[in-house]
Amino acid sequence: MKKNGAGMPGQPTGIGRRKAIGFLLAVAGWTVAGGASAGKAVAKTRKFGVLEIADGVFVHRGKHDLQRADNYGDISNCGFVVGQSGVGVIDTSGSFRAGGQLREAIRRHTDKPIRYVINTHMHPDHVLGNAAFKQDGVQFVGHSKLARALAARGERYLSAARQAMGEKAFAGTEIVLPTVTAESPVILDLGNRQLALLPQTTAHTDNDLMIRDETTKTLFVGDLIFSGHTPALDGSILGWVEVLKNLGKVEANRIVPGHGPEMMKLGDASKPMLRYLNAVIADVRKIIAQDGTINEAMARAAQQERERWELFDDFHRRNVSAAFAELEWE
Amino acid sequence: MTPADGAAHARNTLFASVAVALCMAVSMPGAVAGEDAEIWQSVRSDVFGDERKIADGSGKLKLEAPYRAEDAAIVPITVTIPASIAPKVRKLTLLVEKNPAPVVAAFKFGEAAGLGERRISTRVRVDMYSNVRAVIEMADGSLHMQTKFVKAAGGCSAPALKDMDAALASIGKMKLRALQPKTQQSSRPISEAQVMVKHPNYSGMQMNQLTGLYIPAKFVEHMEVRKGDAVVFEMEGGISLSTDPNIRFTYSSKIEGPLSVSVRDTDKRAFKAVAVAKGS
Repeated sequence: MKKNGAGMPGQPTGIGRRKAIGFLLAVAGWTVAGGASAGKAVAKTRKFGVLEIADGVFVHRGKHDLQRADNYGDISNCGFVVGQSGVGVIDTSGSFRAGGQLREAIRRHTDKPIRYVINTHMHPDHVLGNAAFKQDGVQFVGHSKLARALAARGERYLSAARQAMGEKAFAGTEIVLPTVTAESPVILDLGNRQLALLPQTTAHTDNDLMIRDETTKTLFVGDLIFSGHTPALDGSILGWVEVLKNLGKVEANRIVPGHGPEMMKLGDASKPMLRYLNAVIADVRKIIAQDGTINEAMARAAQQERERWELFDDFHRRNVSAAFAELEWE
Repeated sequence: MTPADGAAHARNTLFASVAVALCMAVSMPGAVAGEDAEIWQSVRSDVFGDERKIADGSGKLKLEAPYRAEDAAIVPITVTIPASIAPKVRKLTLLVEKNPAPVVAAFKFGEAAGLGERRISTRVRVDMYSNVRAVIEMADGSLHMQTKFVKAAGGCSAPALKDMDAALASIGKMKLRALQPKTQQSSRPISEAQVMVKHPNYSGMQMNQLTGLYIPAKFVEHMEVRKGDAVVFEMEGGISLSTDPNIRFTYSSKIEGPLSVSVRDTDKRAFKAVAVAKGS
């Protein structure tokens, strides 16, 4: 059995090399059940590091991995912005436990009250830590389509997370729906500091929301940008390319991707994304034009991208499958 | 309820069971082989009756399904029946035995299904690790089966609708297209086409957490494809067929007239399309 990166030495991962479904519909629990779900490795406290990438703007870098017991869902980036009167949190990582650690990290840097918890989109690795902030009486903020998306998927996200991570890492995790939603650009005030909420059209998902700190022009793009980690398509591949092309028009000194380094230059970040998405689109279109099947597309499309991304086998074929189902209607 | 109604009801639950609790109960990991055999016994008895023997279908049909599915909500499967067998086949039933509604679809073949090698490909939902089964019924009433195990989970409760507004706005949109023959033989007795229907095919197992209610099942229940006036196949479908039902099939190119399809969903909405022929 080949281990998948972040496994603790000697700990049974129980996961094997499932190429199947990735975290969206993680099937890990089927084989984890007897082993790692006991969660022995989870008990150890690890510092949830954050980096101050600009004045008052902090980012935690998640691991590039699938959700499992020993990472308790800490597999995506999250961050917070500190204003004069309060703190805005942007994404909460992938479990109650990880969200709690983010909250502790915030408390290491500021005593200001936490006012807002903003989710960049619906995916479990970005929203399942929300419950850790309920005690703060915050407003939960998201795209106007976030509530519906979570309503349709929440139950599945929870059961998949429980199976993949085991009871101990999962404990306390729940779906927390937004209390404030944005259909068009909105400003949140943190006290002499504003966060602009920029809802997007269907791209990575149908509820992508970008957040810009207006003081430092730091743009949190969520999973519109993956860097290093293979992109995961759960919205519209054509829509995603459109949104990425328009991203250049948004004023930003730096961006924070949903997966990858704590900060990047927009140009460096969007180029590989567009290369990958356009490669998938071109190959899938070619295969459809030749009356090829979804299986042929999954085996052949954009294979030149394989060496350029981590977790390629966990996400790429599924992306092609989704792209095929979209593009065959053109 | 008349006995006939009762039978129809029993049959319908095989296509669209609402037995969510049952689904949860069997979805616990670690089900052993004995339980699996029991599940199949119960499904086969509901679908085919206790009395009928189901023979090994080796040589009579070939079933292709991925051992690991990329997306449990769109698992591609293909059944191929050789030319020597195809003319004697009157029905093909596809099952995902552990799905809450195990019968994916049943195809009843007509005259225009043709005399050459017969092939049907579609995409199915797989709710948990399960055997996928294809059973053909011959003109003499005998049944023959092929089985493949598929590792996938969550296909029935996971919304495949990545963009929910777009999906609902385009419901009933159809594409029917004749596919380009791979070889340049003008005398080929069999052609291939693909029908695609925009439809969410709600499984009845997708919960709306805002209301705490399950979204009611709503799906394509009937499809009929014709060449001219002759039937290629009639399909009865259920919730185990993926969102945007998609079927590739072979048909006789010897019969005159356009290729057409009519579809009906559980709300009795009807959709029709006529093929845009490519290269014929």
